[in-house]
Amino acid sequence: MKTDRRIPFVIRFLSATGRRGWIALSVFALVTCVLLPAAHLWLPNGHPLHVSDYVITLGGKVMCYAIVAVAMDLIWGFTGILSLGHGVFFALGGYAFGMYLMRGIGQDGVYHSALPDFMVFLDWKAFPWYWQGTDHFLYAVLLVLVAPALLAFVFGFFAFRSRIKGVYFSIITQALTFAFMLLFFRNETGFGGNNGFTDFKRILGYSITAPQTRVTLFALTALMLMFTLVLGRYLVKSKFGRVLAAIRDAESRVMFLGYNPLWYKLFIWTLSAMLCAVAGALYVPQVGIINPSEMSPANSIELAIWVAVGGRGTLIGPALGAFIVNLSKSWFTVAFPEYWLFFLGLLFVLVTLFLPQGVVGLWQRLRARSGR
Amino acid sequence: MIGEPLDGPTISGGHMLVEGALDLTHKVILYLEDITVSFDGFKALNNLTLTIDAKELRCIIGPNGAGKTTMMDVITGKTRPDSGTAFFGQTLDLTRMSEPEIARAGIGRKFQKPTIFENHSVFENLELAMKTDKRVRRSLFAEIDDNTRDRIADTLRLIRLDAHAEQLAGRLSHGQKQWLEIGMLLMQEPRLLLLDEPVAGMTDDETERTAELFKSLAGKQSLVVVEHDMAFIEKLGGKVTVLHEGSVLAEGDLATVQANPQVIEVYLGR
Repeated sequence: MKTDRRIPFVIRFLSATGRRGWIALSVFALVTCVLLPAAHLWLPNGHPLHVSDYVITLGGKVMCYAIVAVAMDLIWGFTGILSLGHGVFFALGGYAFGMYLMRGIGQDGVYHSALPDFMVFLDWKAFPWYWQGTDHFLYAVLLVLVAPALLAFVFGFFAFRSRIKGVYFSIITQALTFAFMLLFFRNETGFGGNNGFTDFKRILGYSITAPQTRVTLFALTALMLMFTLVLGRYLVKSKFGRVLAAIRDAESRVMFLGYNPLWYKLFIWTLSAMLCAVAGALYVPQVGIINPSEMSPANSIELAIWVAVGGRGTLIGPALGAFIVNLSKSWFTVAFPEYWLFFLGLLFVLVTLFLPQGVVGLWQRLRARSGR
Repeated sequence: MIGEPLDGPTISGGHMLVEGALDLTHKVILYLEDITVSFDGFKALNNLTLTIDAKELRCIIGPNGAGKTTMMDVITGKTRPDSGTAFFGQTLDLTRMSEPEIARAGIGRKFQKPTIFENHSVFENLELAMKTDKRVRRSLFAEIDDNTRDRIADTLRLIRLDAHAEQLAGRLSHGQKQWLEIGMLLMQEPRLLLLDEPVAGMTDDETERTAELFKSLAGKQSLVVVEHDMAFIEKLGGKVTVLHEGSVLAEGDLATVQANPQVIEVYLGR
C-alpha cells in the first residue's frame, strides 16, 4: 500500500498537542521541574517561599492520580467503556515497584533479616519464586509494565470477546478489583497482607527520605503526567482514536466497516492499565506505603468521579479533576473530616446534573458566552 | 484467518483458487440454502433459499416480519443460522466468518435506521469507511494521504455532501444521513451491497437520485435492496423477490409478482 511518509512520526506525535497545549505544558514543566524543586531544596525553612515536604509529597501524589485520571479518560471518555476497577492496575504497579523497595531495605528491618519483616513473621525461610529478581531495579520496572498489562490483556480479551458492555462490564471490573483486594489481604499471598509494604529505606542506593530523592521523584511524576497527556492527545487525534470514538457511538457500524473492535478495545484498555501501573509505581516511593486498600472498589469509583468532575473526553479535564477533588479532599479531611464523603457524593451528583461536561465543559460554555 | 491477506494462489479443480478472495466463477455472488433461524420457537427464516447473481440488482419485498432484516443479519454474520448454508461466491462460508471478516471480504450493509458516526465529521465518516488495512497497528500510524483525500472528495460529490464535509454528521438531515451511509458503503468498495430501506424518509427528489445511483452501481456491484416503496422498486427495475414468513413466496419482475394471487393474498389478506 502506498503511503505518504513525508512527516516523521515524532513530529506528528508531538504536534498532535496544539500550540496552546505546549505553552501550558512548558509552564507546568517550569513550575514542577524547576521552581518547586528549587524552592524546596534551596530556600531555608523559614523563608516565605519555601516549599515544604508536605507540599512536595501531596503534589507528587496528586500528579500520580492525574495520570490515572487521564488513563481512565482514554478508556471511558473516548472509548465509552466505564471501568470501575482501574485501582487494581494502579495498585499492582505499586506493588511491583514496592517489591523492589522492600528488597532495598536489606537487613535494616526490625529482624535484621534479608527477608522483609512480614516474611520473617510468617516464618518463611526464602523468597517465594515471584520475588526472584525483584532486587534489580530494571527488572522491577519491567514487572511494573508487564504484570498489570498481562492481567488487563487477559481480562480484557475474555470480556471484550464475549461482548460484555456497559454496566455489566463496570460491575465485573468492580469484582476484579475486589477479588484482588481479598487476595492481597491474605498473608500467604506474600505481599504483606493488610499492612502491605512500608518502611522503605532507599531507591537505587539513595535514601528515600532525602529531599533530593523526593524532588527527583516529584519531577519524574510531572514528566510522566506530561508524557501521558501528549501520548493521549496523539492517540485520540489519530485514526485509531477516531475508530475508538466510533466504537463508543456505533459499534455495530464499526464492525460492518470491517474493523474488529476487540483489538481496538484491547489495545487502549491494556495501555490504560499500563499507564495506571506506572502511576502506581511512582506513587509508592513518594507516599511510602502500599496496601490492599488501594484495590478497594470505592477507590476505583472515586477515580471515575475525578474524570466526571474534570470533564470526560477532554484529557486535560480529568487531570484537573484529579487535582480539584484531591486537593479539596486534603483540605476537607483536615477541616471537616466526617463530612468528606458527603461532600464527594454531593459533588458527583451536582456535576452529573449540572455539568455533564465537567469543569472543562463549564469553562468552554463560559468562553462561548463571553465571546458572543 | 479468513478475509485476511492472501496466502497465495493454490490450484484446485481447473481454476485458480485464492484463499480468502471472492470467487465468482459461476457468476453467482450469494447463495443462501435452506436457512432456518428461530427465536424462541418462532421461525424468522424458514428454509430460505435464495441466490443473487454477480452484478445483479435485486429488490426484496415482504410484509413486516417476513424475515428481511434477519436475512441480512445472517448474511453479515450478526445472526448464526440454526441450519442451512450461506456462501459468498463459491468459497467463502459466511456462517463461519465474523462481522468484520465478512465486511472485509466485500459485503457492505446499510441499516434501516441510518447508522453513522454522529460525533464525527462527514469527512471522517467516509475516511473510517474507506477500504484499507483496518488493523490496530495500521490505524495507530495512519496518515490521510492525497489518495484518500481524492477518494473522499469524489464520494462527497457523488452523495452531494461536498459542502458539508467538515460538519458533524449528527447535524445532517435525515435524507442526508441516508446518503452519507450510502457513501460510506461505497467507500468500502464492496462487491455486494445490502440496503435496508434506503429511501425511507427521503424527499421525492432524493429518492429519484438514489434510484439513479443504484442503477448506475448495478453492473459493477451486486445490490440487494429491501424496500416498501413500490414506486422506488419500479424505478430500479430489477428482479423482485417476495419473502413471506421466512421463505420465498414469489420471484420475478415487479409486474409478474404483483399479479401473483398469493402475493396479493399476503399483502391484502391481513
